Amino acid sequence: MSNLNFTIPSKAKMFTYILMAIGVISIIASFLTDTQPEDAQYHQTRTWANIFIDSFFFMAIGLAAAFFMGLQYAAEAGWATTIKRIIEAVAWYLPYGLCFMLLLFILGQLHVHHIYHWMAEGVADVGSPNYDAGVAAKIGYFGWFWWLRTILYMAGWVFFTWKLRKNSIEADNAIGTDTHHWKNVKLSAWFMVLFAVTSSTSAWDWLMSIDTHWFSTLYGWYMFSGMWVSAIITIIMLIVWLKRLGYLENVTESTVHDMGKWMFAISFLWTYLYFSQFMLIWYADIPEEVIYFQQRWENFKPLMWTVLGINFAFPMILLMSRDAKRNFWFLTIVGTVIFIGHWLDVVMMVMPGTVGHHWTGLSWMEFGIFAGFLGFFINILLRNLASRPLQVKNHPYLDEAIHHTT
Amino acid sequence: MVTKQVIHGIYDDEVPLLEGCKKLRAAGIRIKDVFTPFPIHGIDPIIGVPRTRLAICAFLYGLTGAALATWMMWYMMVTDWPTDIGGKPSFEYFMAVPAFIPITFESTVFCAAHGLALTYLLRCWLVPGAKAKNPDPRTTDDKFMIYLELNDEQSVKAGEILTATGASEVNHKGTITEKEH
Repeated sequence: MSNLNFTIPSKAKMFTYILMAIGVISIIASFLTDTQPEDAQYHQTRTWANIFIDSFFFMAIGLAAAFFMGLQYAAEAGWATTIKRIIEAVAWYLPYGLCFMLLLFILGQLHVHHIYHWMAEGVADVGSPNYDAGVAAKIGYFGWFWWLRTILYMAGWVFFTWKLRKNSIEADNAIGTDTHHWKNVKLSAWFMVLFAVTSSTSAWDWLMSIDTHWFSTLYGWYMFSGMWVSAIITIIMLIVWLKRLGYLENVTESTVHDMGKWMFAISFLWTYLYFSQFMLIWYADIPEEVIYFQQRWENFKPLMWTVLGINFAFPMILLMSRDAKRNFWFLTIVGTVIFIGHWLDVVMMVMPGTVGHHWTGLSWMEFGIFAGFLGFFINILLRNLASRPLQVKNHPYLDEAIHHTT
Repeated sequence: MVTKQVIHGIYDDEVPLLEGCKKLRAAGIRIKDVFTPFPIHGIDPIIGVPRTRLAICAFLYGLTGAALATWMMWYMMVTDWPTDIGGKPSFEYFMAVPAFIPITFESTVFCAAHGLALTYLLRCWLVPGAKAKNPDPRTTDDKFMIYLELNDEQSVKAGEILTATGASEVNHKGTITEKEH
């Protein structure tokens, strides 16, 4: 039997701490330098937006991994059983990511930062200097109702992720029974229903409401496909790294191949949704819809093309063949590039609505704060991995997964 | 002219069949074909089937589809009779290109899928009225068969390997003659 107990290599731990240190220094330096005294409305928005982007990006990876974990149960899929613990480890970043989000929301409500235009004081009061008729008309959807939804999303997601993980570890100690598995199948079915609705609505509430006057029903799916592919990449990276360290003997090349297929397929899902949203808005040419792409076209044109180019062309050209999806180097390189690509996609969702015309291009601020959050993210993943055996026991599909071939 | 013996090695399960295939190949015996009730993943390299070139065909058909759609729309909407597409300029193809992408995509998929299916069917000669080439109808039900055409010396060895790996039957089906290459 191969070694199932993962111990964190000290080098890896050191690496995450270095990244976190870079992040902390970047955040402090950003707050010190990111001032625009001539604009009273600015309030270090770029730094806050960066923190928001990275909090959200990594939280979304945890969420998508939780969804992916539930999907395997609900579909009664056996192939991913050997990597179940890795998916679980990524999913359990969710509560940490949500803490950052909650903190940011509370700070926003206290007017420390101005990411959300609709959170501004007196935005719905006629006569207030901040009065905005467009927001006032739909203020019922924001305010306390927004907070209620936010709390419900967070509680619901964490509950299901926690319960699925708990049943999974309890099944390891149970003797000759798969009741835990069937509990999880039922639980996942409910989680899928919850996720189907809340993944869209949370994307509207948390990200789309930054561009308060603009709306798109496709936005939620577009957001979801981006975070899904990022989660797939994270899982692939962990598998490849752990296999290089000599763990995960039972994870076959075929399982990695299947993960490669997911990365390839979801990249196209993302492209499809990105383009669908763009084309409908371009075609209809309605001013209140076009504004979204106009802002991006004017101040963010190179970045806009980069995001589309990287996330579409890179996986299409490099991951099309079977051999590429079975080659760890290919998967790592393509994965790294489109991981950055999808992070830039989130940058493109947040920056135009917050920093807007103050934008001067990507700088050390973006990358430094990203590095910090990446370090924290990896650190949590390593701890999650080390806290449990790397392979499930007593899972009804385990044997099938070990002999999985494609 | 060479005379070869035809051997049907019948198995009840796919795992011993794969084991038999590995042993036969290790002994230098060429496996002519394998008949199974369902597709067995990963069998191709084991029985020595060369890598399929269907993927290359699919890519070329897809490229053809994309080119055809582009040419069609360029001719119809831009060159022959410039059409106003939702108020978008139509002086040049690229000006209204987002509107053309769904058609290009559909045409690519259509050509790739149909071309691929037709190529596959023709290559296997699965045309209307084609006769079944299955030597033993039980392989469409619950039996797994290794089909061999071997010379006398090899056929003795093959028979031993088949029996040793758990074949439920080893049927000698007479001889065939084929031209020497």
